[in-house]
Amino acid sequence: MSTADPKRFDLDDATAERLLREAQEHKGISLWQDAGRRLRRNRPSWYAMVFLIGFGLLSFLAPLLPLRSPVRSNLDITLHAPTLDGGDGDYLAALDPDADSALVARQIEKDYWELSSLDHGLISLRRMIFGSWQTGHWLGTDHLGRDLLSRIVWGSRTSILVSLAAALCSLVIGVFYGAFSGLVGGRIDNLMMRTVDILYSIPFIFVVIFLITLIGDYRQVLEEEWGLDREKVFYLVIGAVFWLTMARVVRGQVLSLKHAEFVQAARVMGASTFHILCKHIVPNVLSIVIVYLTLTIPAVMLFEAFLSFLGLGVEPPRVSWGLIAVDGTSAINPLRIHWWVVIFPALAMGCTLLALNVLGDGLRDALDPKMRGKD
Amino acid sequence: MIRFLFRRLMWFVVTMTVVMSVSFFLMKNVKGGPFDTERALEPAIEANIQARYHLDWPLWKQFLHYTGPFNLDERGLGGNQEKVLGGVLSGDFGPSFRYRDFTVNDIIGQALPISALLGVVSMMWALALGVSTGIASALRRGSGVDLALRLAATGGIALPNFVIAGFLIIIFVFMIPLLPVAGWGSIKEMLLPGFCLGLVYAAYLARLTRTGMLEALSQDHIRTAQAKGLSPRTVVLRHALKGGLLPVVSYLGPATAGILTGSLVIERIFFIPGLGSHFVNSASNRDYTLAMGVTILYTVLVYSMNTVVDLAYTLLDPRIDLAEEA
Amino acid sequence: MAIVPPLPSRHVLAMLLLGLVFASALVLTRGASLEPADYVMNNGSEVQTLDPATVTGVPEGRVLRAIFEGLIVKHPKTLEPLPGSAESWEVSDDGLTWTFHIRRGAQWTNGDELTAEDWIYSWRRFLHPLTASYYAYQLWYVAGARQYTRQPEDRSFDASPTGGLWYQRTSDGQVKVGLHGYLLEHMTGEVSVTLPSNPAQKPTIHAGDQSWTLPFSLTNPASNPKAPTSAADALARCYGLESDDKSGWLLKGSLTESDWNAVHANGVLLDGATYRAEVADPQHLKIWTTDSHTLHVTLNSPTPYFLDLTGFYPTFPVNRRNIKEAQERWPDRWEIEWLRAENIVTNGPFKLIERRVNDRIRLAKNETYWDADNVAMNSIDILAIEQDSTMLNMYLTGGCDAIDRVNTNVVQELWGREDFQPTPYLGTYFYRFNVNQPPYDDVRVRQALSMVIPRQAICDKVMKMGQVPASSLTPSGIGAYTPPSMNMGSPEEARMLLAAAGYPGGKDFPPVEIHYNTSEAHSSIAQVIALAWQDELGIRTKLRNEEWKVYLDTQQNLRFQVSRSAWIGDYADPNTFIDMFVTGGENNKTGWGNPEYDRLVKAAGAELDPQHRLQFLGEAEALLLDEMPILPIYYYVTQNLTAPRLGGNSENVLDEHFPKFWYWMDDAELAEKRANYPKEFETVAPHGPPEGLYSPAQLRERQQQ
Repeated sequence: MSTADPKRFDLDDATAERLLREAQEHKGISLWQDAGRRLRRNRPSWYAMVFLIGFGLLSFLAPLLPLRSPVRSNLDITLHAPTLDGGDGDYLAALDPDADSALVARQIEKDYWELSSLDHGLISLRRMIFGSWQTGHWLGTDHLGRDLLSRIVWGSRTSILVSLAAALCSLVIGVFYGAFSGLVGGRIDNLMMRTVDILYSIPFIFVVIFLITLIGDYRQVLEEEWGLDREKVFYLVIGAVFWLTMARVVRGQVLSLKHAEFVQAARVMGASTFHILCKHIVPNVLSIVIVYLTLTIPAVMLFEAFLSFLGLGVEPPRVSWGLIAVDGTSAINPLRIHWWVVIFPALAMGCTLLALNVLGDGLRDALDPKMRGKD
Repeated sequence: MIRFLFRRLMWFVVTMTVVMSVSFFLMKNVKGGPFDTERALEPAIEANIQARYHLDWPLWKQFLHYTGPFNLDERGLGGNQEKVLGGVLSGDFGPSFRYRDFTVNDIIGQALPISALLGVVSMMWALALGVSTGIASALRRGSGVDLALRLAATGGIALPNFVIAGFLIIIFVFMIPLLPVAGWGSIKEMLLPGFCLGLVYAAYLARLTRTGMLEALSQDHIRTAQAKGLSPRTVVLRHALKGGLLPVVSYLGPATAGILTGSLVIERIFFIPGLGSHFVNSASNRDYTLAMGVTILYTVLVYSMNTVVDLAYTLLDPRIDLAEEA
Repeated sequence: MAIVPPLPSRHVLAMLLLGLVFASALVLTRGASLEPADYVMNNGSEVQTLDPATVTGVPEGRVLRAIFEGLIVKHPKTLEPLPGSAESWEVSDDGLTWTFHIRRGAQWTNGDELTAEDWIYSWRRFLHPLTASYYAYQLWYVAGARQYTRQPEDRSFDASPTGGLWYQRTSDGQVKVGLHGYLLEHMTGEVSVTLPSNPAQKPTIHAGDQSWTLPFSLTNPASNPKAPTSAADALARCYGLESDDKSGWLLKGSLTESDWNAVHANGVLLDGATYRAEVADPQHLKIWTTDSHTLHVTLNSPTPYFLDLTGFYPTFPVNRRNIKEAQERWPDRWEIEWLRAENIVTNGPFKLIERRVNDRIRLAKNETYWDADNVAMNSIDILAIEQDSTMLNMYLTGGCDAIDRVNTNVVQELWGREDFQPTPYLGTYFYRFNVNQPPYDDVRVRQALSMVIPRQAICDKVMKMGQVPASSLTPSGIGAYTPPSMNMGSPEEARMLLAAAGYPGGKDFPPVEIHYNTSEAHSSIAQVIALAWQDELGIRTKLRNEEWKVYLDTQQNLRFQVSRSAWIGDYADPNTFIDMFVTGGENNKTGWGNPEYDRLVKAAGAELDPQHRLQFLGEAEALLLDEMPILPIYYYVTQNLTAPRLGGNSENVLDEHFPKFWYWMDDAELAEKRANYPKEFETVAPHGPPEGLYSPAQLRERQQQ
């Protein structure tokens, strides 16, 4: 079909110059300052952001909190209902405060799994602050008598990490791939999109199962030579799956934008493709990208849960929300509902995902270039 | 239009070739075979089984035998002298290695209509819930209604669907005995699984609709229409919806394919003999033929859905040119 | 190109919706619902096949017991043999030859009369290599059966019954020669090849005190450097495997095609198929008839559980005409077609009506069954629900009358209900050690690791169904056999043993990796054991779960340190457990071997006196528990949840249930049953019709009373 609308191009030099000047002046207010201001005005999104930052901190600082071990099972108190007991002083089997560090490290490995040195540091700090005091079973225990509160907090670390890593992976690849393809158009666009189609057409569940079983085969090599444990491979796998949709969405948006007046104008004025991509397309695509990103993070979390449902998720003793949710659902049965095993993890997960979504909407509104200077 | 479809078809052939060979060789390289069980077999018996199913052939030969349309088996299936054309290219997906009394064609033939129906039911739920909340919340943007609708719509992607299904079963089966707990056949049995499956897509659709509608409502021609004094109803239905549903349409393609493969959890919980479970089970059972069968089916579906979406795109947005796209 | 005129969007939507509605209406009309069945049971997963010869699993067995009938059927509670397709049977004094008298007048569902020939056909088919049967080894107790299964079709054989050689012509014009097993079974001694100095003469092959001369001479003869050197070795590998390294060929050389054809033409050699039909079947495979209703079977050694095997589902008969007609009609896919619900011919109390993958199998009473008078149920549905929570929900809402397992999380709520009474089941859960890998090659280490396992806590707190802590490989409850008990020890003793092995306090002990297949229960048990090892012995422990098929591969190839395992008995005899660990056995999977153990197991196999036999097996098991290549954890219990109204059903050690005997009790009988409960049970709302459902015979009996 024809694209040329003669009216759009009858700019004389003077007008063009004036427009350019105005555009430069307009840049005076930073996009991000403006967005920040408008985000603050959007109450729900602001609260959501505060909640997420708070929760993120909490989960990052889990080793510092006086929580029980998320791993240690106590078969005498399986499926124990929540209590408001004040807690006890048995943490790390009440190790002597000046026990030698090798002993402590060993004890920590029993009560957790292989932790980073940062986490070890945080645990030392926690022992300095709280000593051997640890919380009671405030949220109850699961079917192996493990403390649910601690499992939820520690589980959030895995889940948040997986979803952030995978979402970033999909973001970087997807945006550039999609934008480039949409902008260049023609044969290259066609080729790139057909490649995406081909990748799309492989049911990714096969890919995931394949990769996860492959990890089983080569885990020693992977761990020792590449420093990739199962979790890291996990991020990569999931990220590699999720960028496809991002690329398609971005390309769709770019296709629409390509015909927009301001892009046509820039092209008429001789701007390079790269310039157009960075200055006009990417910022304008940002809104849809952010919306999509906030959809991706929860989707990855859910995908992780799905994999746990199939038994392909993270390996015990590590915990993730998916794993806890799977444990929890077996506790919902019509005979008797151990409600705490499913309600608390569901609440934690539900609130986080809701907050992410609300924040995403808020960011979209705040970043929308067309909304600038209004409301 | 014809040229577009023709080029798509060519790409389809390329895609199929790549997908088939990649998944075939991937699958064959995963450890374990279809006939491994907890009871290890005597080498002699294992050799018999391997020979019977051609697992002792080199991979390339197995692949060619699978794709057809010629029969490489000199004895014919089961030691029979009769030579019959076989393979995917003649429409024969072979016998399943796991469900050995059925061909892959039988299995897909039984499961696909069920999955399609489940997909239709859940898509109806998703469209009804998603698009309406999306439009309503875009129109009432920033209000309490908007927030409430958005939160409600997000419910579907705030929890894994096995948790939601668990809650709903407790509520609608055991506390208020309205619906059957599992099974497939009657309309009543479709409501709950359809809802659970649709909820996820409703959430996505609501958000995409809202985004798209906001986008559309801020376009110049909408403002013109509003300025001309058209009723808000007309503006929304005649003008804004067309542009606003673009992202929704582009999402429907992947969503339809996703509903087929992603229904695994719902199928398990509600005991529905659909296609979703085959995607995972065939892979974990190393049922090579069934796994290939569902992969091919999936590819065809995704491909045709995407083509339909691209066609629909042009219907909704005249600015997009198929010629350029093809 | 042409521009498509844009349709108004709502038309598009409307059309889309209309399309959807049409599609759904179309599909809806296809899946017509079935009438509800008299009895609905859950099978736990979709069956792999209904061909008795190629089945493997428990779910298949449940269906096969309903639609086929073996020579015997078992008593639902005691599992004693009852007459089935065989009216009576006897065994010779040496315990080797069994004679079965096939029931006269019994019919197949296609009207054919049931005869002894059906078993000859079915068992040959079962053992035939092209059938590719998993369970063929269950009939290897029959003389000649093992060789029969291993008989490759692409080889030629000496036509004479005393011949012992096979010949294979390869594509490059060479002929390979090897020993075949019919004559090797009881042979001892060396194997050797004599190559004549004059190339025109014929080579000779010797095995023990026998020798065979080839019917032709070979140019450039060469012997195989990797050839077997003893008769036992030759027997172990002379059949089946194609690769040169593994096959037992002794000699090869070039031979012209005309010479090759000549020896076949004059009947000196027979090709595989002819040999099988003319020589091997009648002469070597010891299954024969004397008249149309008398079946004889000779065994290699007296096998007390052979009678039980004739009621085991892989040995069920199939109908010849059924398969033959399918072969004629569908030459390319008869193997699937003969099993379709509309084609399959069966001889059991029920017949197959419909099959839907991953959904249900519908059975209906077989009116031509010889004992139809005693069959109560008119229709049975067998579901394939896999999800624990779903099957429980189905049971609780009445959609299903029996389920075969429950999730451990609900056990607490089920305890004390009349419909949930776990009973011991012939299965053991244990860990395997890889004894090839230090430090698990040290028996003290294996014992120390075993001694600190909180078995009671695993049973009570993790499994929760009344599983019993294991102190042996074989569970108790198999007839007269009392399994020996291993040294359970104490944590102190364990620490001492570990210190003696060079790891005081777990110092320098390399981290243990517990290998298991992905499952919640396995993971829970592994975590409890890991914690015990860490706490009691100071040993670092890692968990490694693998997806099922990868797990099997890892276990088979001994790429683990400690691996979760389980074994369910096929028949009620300790042999099903104990012969697993003979040196080099396929299911040994530990690398462990002990000549004394092998000797004891072999001696038990040849022993006629049941008392002595069990004594040999007991000694073997004691040896195993002493050396501890395995670490027993608990014995299984059944986990059935069965409608209380169901009669003719009982829990038993094999967890086998027999649809033939099932009926619904009426309220009076149910009340009577409840009055006789040994202790207080919580009664639950019963499934099934209040007026009961009885067989014609039962009804007559009730009327008389």
